[in-house]
Formats: sequence, structure tokens, C-alpha cells
Amino acid sequence: MRKPQSLQFYSEPLPGVDTSELQGKLIVIEGPDAVGRSTQIALLRQWLEQEGHAVIDTGMARSALAGKGIQMAKQGNTLGPITMTLFYTTDFADRLENEIMPALRAGFVVLIDRYIFSIMARAIARGEDRRWIEQVAGFALAPHAVFYLRTDVEHLVSRVVMGRGAFDYWESGMDLRFGPDMYESFVRYQTRLIKALDTMVERYDFSVIDASQPVDRIFRELQRQIKRLQLLRVRPRKRVARKAKE
Amino acid sequence: MSLFVPNRYRGKLIVVEGIDGSGKSTQISLLSHWLRSQGYAVAFSEWNSSPLVRQATRRGKKKEMFTPTSFSLIHATDFADRMESYILPLVKSGAIVCADRYAYTAFARDVARGVGRRWVRNLYRFAMHPNIAFYFRVPLDVALGRILGGRDALKYYEAGMDLGLARDVEESFRIFQGRILDEYEGMAQEVGFHIIDATLSIEEQQRQMRDIVMNVLGDSLKNGVLHQPAGGEFNAQAAVAPVL
Repeated sequence: MRKPQSLQFYSEPLPGVDTSELQGKLIVIEGPDAVGRSTQIALLRQWLEQEGHAVIDTGMARSALAGKGIQMAKQGNTLGPITMTLFYTTDFADRLENEIMPALRAGFVVLIDRYIFSIMARAIARGEDRRWIEQVAGFALAPHAVFYLRTDVEHLVSRVVMGRGAFDYWESGMDLRFGPDMYESFVRYQTRLIKALDTMVERYDFSVIDASQPVDRIFRELQRQIKRLQLLRVRPRKRVARKAKE
Repeated sequence: MSLFVPNRYRGKLIVVEGIDGSGKSTQISLLSHWLRSQGYAVAFSEWNSSPLVRQATRRGKKKEMFTPTSFSLIHATDFADRMESYILPLVKSGAIVCADRYAYTAFARDVARGVGRRWVRNLYRFAMHPNIAFYFRVPLDVALGRILGGRDALKYYEAGMDLGLARDVEESFRIFQGRILDEYEGMAQEVGFHIIDATLSIEEQQRQMRDIVMNVLGDSLKNGVLHQPAGGEFNAQAAVAPVL
């Protein structure tokens, strides 16, 4: 599907925003916990900067407004599912308006580690109403590309165990109270998350990438797709002209 | 389509709404004292008071970081926390929860700030439908006279200074409150407010509120709500609903 040239809001245009001013490119990496998103973002950033693009990257709970509040709320044991969903949406709104849109206006490539889709998937995995959260998050800009790093739960488990060596309370969905066992809870919760993300593939035009491949294969695949989308107009090097002068 | 989730529980939810200076806080305070004196388990919830979210809100206000959307969302987050961990369990357990401001405040205020009417209504769809929502109707000048007369300087967001309506804080406050008043008036029918004329004497307003509570809730108060009979044998039950 061809995307319109200028970015559009999904369903709820933010007041006072002229989307034709948003000249930059918005690229999202989605996927479940521990799938390897941040590794790919780091590689992409390096590559894009070498190509001469100004890049910023951002991810969940990094806003000046709500980032700290979310971290603190997650330390406690009283963060309910709707509160969590809305806290993350607040965080996203702050980053969208104060970080992402200004960078797009300035012509940056904005790489986002998880977008509204992870917020939505977490809400859905906790039994919240899909239509509710879709409308709440409707003020998001539809990205130029969403790359969904997809894998199965067994692979995630092996990455967690071999990588970090321990299961995280929230990544294991312990707040859902499936039971006391973190491994079992991780499997059930992440299965739900993957299922929720899978249902978004067509609706939100995800490009699915097999995340069970080695890091460099995934990276090459991302590079190939980003090039093919022709999002990036790399200016021809001036070296030739300079040489001619000499 | 219903705005909120119906209350299927033993307890009750009573909320008050109106612009600043309408006298709603005074009235809900009087009503909750009266209900408690009748032996009912009564709890109180104020707008913008979640211990989980308050700090982020305070920080955003102090540093003037909010946009209309993030202002709306942080207040919804605060509300969600109070709904999930306070109001809902208390109403389930059979208490009467009295709320000073409810989702309607967001419907009025956030829309006055420029967010979409439909969007903000959907945002609060998880809220419990109140058994009674009182709206204190007051002319703008009366409310402004009460506010501007006897209190400290108006705060930045309270006065809607973020909207650039006027350079003068009081002027901005006037315009902003006027917009909020229009939104309240516009939704009064849609949401089924019980309207109280807030220019009447405090005593008369309170009498009307008590009448409405007895007419609307009447028997269901006696049958469902946690109640401590005269004599006070059931202290443990009354303690279920602390006053915050």
C-alpha cells in the first residue's frame, strides 16, 4: 500500500498541527520484550547517520513529563491496568508533541523503539477494550514504516535466559496474577502480547520481520526495506565536483 | 450509548460538578457529613489526588510542560488510579463514595482547552456511572466574584494561561471559565445532571441535595449500603471507608 506523502494522524488530529510541516521520516520498531529491538535501533541509527541523516531515537517511558512517574509507579504494587495504559499514553503524548514532532519539523529521521502498538497490546493483554485504547491513542501519527520484529515465545525465553539471566516482573505480566511462577507467567503473558500485536499487522500496515534470525540478517533486512520504501533521499556526494575543481 | 460502566454493586457513587466558585465542594462536604451521621459508610475522593500520579502532574504544572492533550491524559491517569484502587473497590464493598469533580470536569475543561469532545468522552469510558451527578449552576460573574475576591493568586493552568487567551491572568481566567461553563451547560441534558441553583442559600441547596438523594436512592441506601445502626456496634464496617 502506498502511503500519502505527508504524515497523518490516525483518528484524532492534534489541535493546531499542520502535518505538511512534518518533513522528516517516522520509523517504528515494534515487537515483544527482549526481542532485540534496541540492538537494531542502535545499528540503524549508526547506519543512517553515516548516510548523512540526522537521527533521534526515543522509546517508552522516556518523557520528561511522565517517565519518572511511570518508573516510580512500577516500583510499587498498586498500578492498575487502566492507569498503566493511560500513564504510558501520557508519556507518549509528551514525547510526540515535544520531541517527535519538533524533530520531524526539522527534517530528522525519528526512530522509535515501540509506539502506541505496544501500549495497545499491553492493554489488550490485560483485558482492556480494544476500541477504547485504539481511540485513546488515535492522536498518534501514522508512521512511514512499522517494522514488527516477530518471534515465538520459546525464542523470547531463550533470549531472556541467555541474555539477562532473569525474568522481569512486568515483562512477565506478574500483575495479571496468573500464578507465582515467573517463567510460566512470562510465557502466558508474552503469548498474549504477541497475539495482540499479530492482530494489528494488517490494520496498521506492519512489515513483519522474523526476529529469530541472527542480528546482522535482521539488520540487512531492515536496511533493505528502509531503502525500498524510498524514504531516504541521500544526496549525491560532492566529492566528484570537488575533484573536478582541483 | 452509555457514557460509562453501570454501577452493579451495593455501594453508591455521588458526584458534584460545576465551575470554580460554584460552591460544589462546600455542598458535597455537607452532604457526606450528613450521610455519615445517618450511619452510612462514606468515602471521599477528590479530583487530581492519586498518590501514584500526583507528582508527575505537579512537575508538569510547575514547569508548564503540558499541552491540551497531555494535560487531559495525565488527569485521566490520575482518575484511573483513583477509580481502580479506591472508588471501585469501595463501591463494590458497599460504601457511598462522594467525589468532588468527576469525568465531567474533563469533558468541560479539556474541551475548553481544545481537545475533541468525542475523544475525551471515550477516554473516560472506563469510569463508573454515578448514581447521582449534581451540577451547580451559577452565572459566571457570581462565581468569579467568589473566586477573585477571597483567595490567593490564580494558577497558570487554572486560569487557562496555556491557551494564550489574554495576557492578564484574571482576564484569561474569565474567558476560560466562560468556555468551561458553556461546555457544562451544553452537556447538562446529555449526561442527566441533577441541577442545583448555586445562587440559592447554602442551606437551601443542601436541602435540595438531600431530597434528591432520598428520592433517587431511597430504599436502596438502606438495603445495600454498609450501614452502622444506631448504637454503633459495627465499628469494623464503618472503618471500611476511611475519610481521606
